[in-house]
Amino acid sequence: MTSRTNGEPLVRLSGVNKWFGELHVLQDIDLDIARGEVVVVIGPSGSGKSTLCRAINRLEPIEEGEIAIDGERLPEEGKELARLRADVGMVFQSFNLFAHKTILENVTLGPVKVRKQSKSDADRRARELLDRVGVSAQADKYPAQLSGGQQQRVAIARALAMEPKVMLFDEPTSALDPEMINEVLEVMVGLAKDGMTMVVVTHEMGFARRAANRVVFMDGGRIVETAEPETFFTNPQSERAKDFLSKILTH
Amino acid sequence: MSPVIENLDLYVDGFLTSLSIIVVAMIGSLLLGTLIAAFRVSPVPPLRAFGTFWVSTFRNTPLSVVLFFCAFGLPELGINRTFYFFGVLGLILYTSAFVCEAIRSGINSVSAGQAEAARSIGLNFSQSLRFVVLPQALRTVVPPLGSVIIAMFKNSAVVGAFGVGGDLWSTGQTLTSARGYETLPIFIGVAIGFLLITLPAGAVLQVIERKVAIAR
Repeated sequence: MTSRTNGEPLVRLSGVNKWFGELHVLQDIDLDIARGEVVVVIGPSGSGKSTLCRAINRLEPIEEGEIAIDGERLPEEGKELARLRADVGMVFQSFNLFAHKTILENVTLGPVKVRKQSKSDADRRARELLDRVGVSAQADKYPAQLSGGQQQRVAIARALAMEPKVMLFDEPTSALDPEMINEVLEVMVGLAKDGMTMVVVTHEMGFARRAANRVVFMDGGRIVETAEPETFFTNPQSERAKDFLSKILTH
Repeated sequence: MSPVIENLDLYVDGFLTSLSIIVVAMIGSLLLGTLIAAFRVSPVPPLRAFGTFWVSTFRNTPLSVVLFFCAFGLPELGINRTFYFFGVLGLILYTSAFVCEAIRSGINSVSAGQAEAARSIGLNFSQSLRFVVLPQALRTVVPPLGSVIIAMFKNSAVVGAFGVGGDLWSTGQTLTSARGYETLPIFIGVAIGFLLITLPAGAVLQVIERKVAIAR
């Protein structure tokens, strides 16, 4: 799908700094993400990649700099922030499905309460989405009754139900058993092919190669290197990236 | 037990007055306590500070002192209501602090990821609390909240002592001091009156506990 290239990036981070106490977890981050672009963020643990991802919908507030989505600066707390978050889908490492609600209710809660859709419209749309991610048979079960892979696919459907402009994935397959990783990645590749703008924090090199437009390598709170996936994996420029890749690719 | 039988009509009146104090105070303190708990976990610092102030004040002041302030302090400020009103108000204020802390412990038992997911789909703070966090918090909160509410039932006797009049406790008081009945049978009657409220309440709590547990 061709992106609407009006020059304006969909997500823009400029001069972003964040500290956890003494720890400088995000250092002078500048990053533009175009419409329809899929960016994979990679890096050793503690590099700030999850924090970066979470800062984009302000689950982590930042101390300095500016984050804008579709030209609109992220507001502080309150109604405006909630409205903007509705446009940003988020998928967590630990799924975070609402434990007291059925699968169907998990997907319809946002559309009904935030988008003010009618229950029947939201239900119909939710079933379509559940079908698309391959868990429609589980619609009336509770999250605890599903496998990790199924739960994560429901989490993706829940985010999609809000018709977000951009989707954030914070290590979406890190908590999954190996045989369930692929079913989640397949859904994500499908989304990427449909032109969804995505920021994906992951160690899945296969996904990066298949679906990403760009790889952003982070270390020590900084963006160290940005490149196309193939270039990054075969010919990394920085010493730190070479070292990191040698550790994860030798096995 | 003939003194009790002889004055059964007084006991029934006392029972009904106590019951009305208890029901009003229960509804009031549950609503107020939940609101204060929402303040205490809110992202707005002044609200959090207010919630903390509220709890430290009312949890750490003896009920009799709170009742004194309501029954005799508020009239000095020009607020004139019945003793019943002031008594129930004092009981609500006092109990709300304990309700708040019970509910807050339940909120803290819900994993942070649930609230993050709620905010991520665009729910605002009060919506995340209402639709996602509180329904899950209430499951763990039923037993401690039940203890708080039953303690409040018994505290209603202290409210009676503050001149509300006509409740179970004052009925016993009137019968023994003004009419010269012996204390033992009269107050056994009072105790039975309270047990008639608290024991069924305990049974109702168990039913609620089982119900919310199954909904998982």
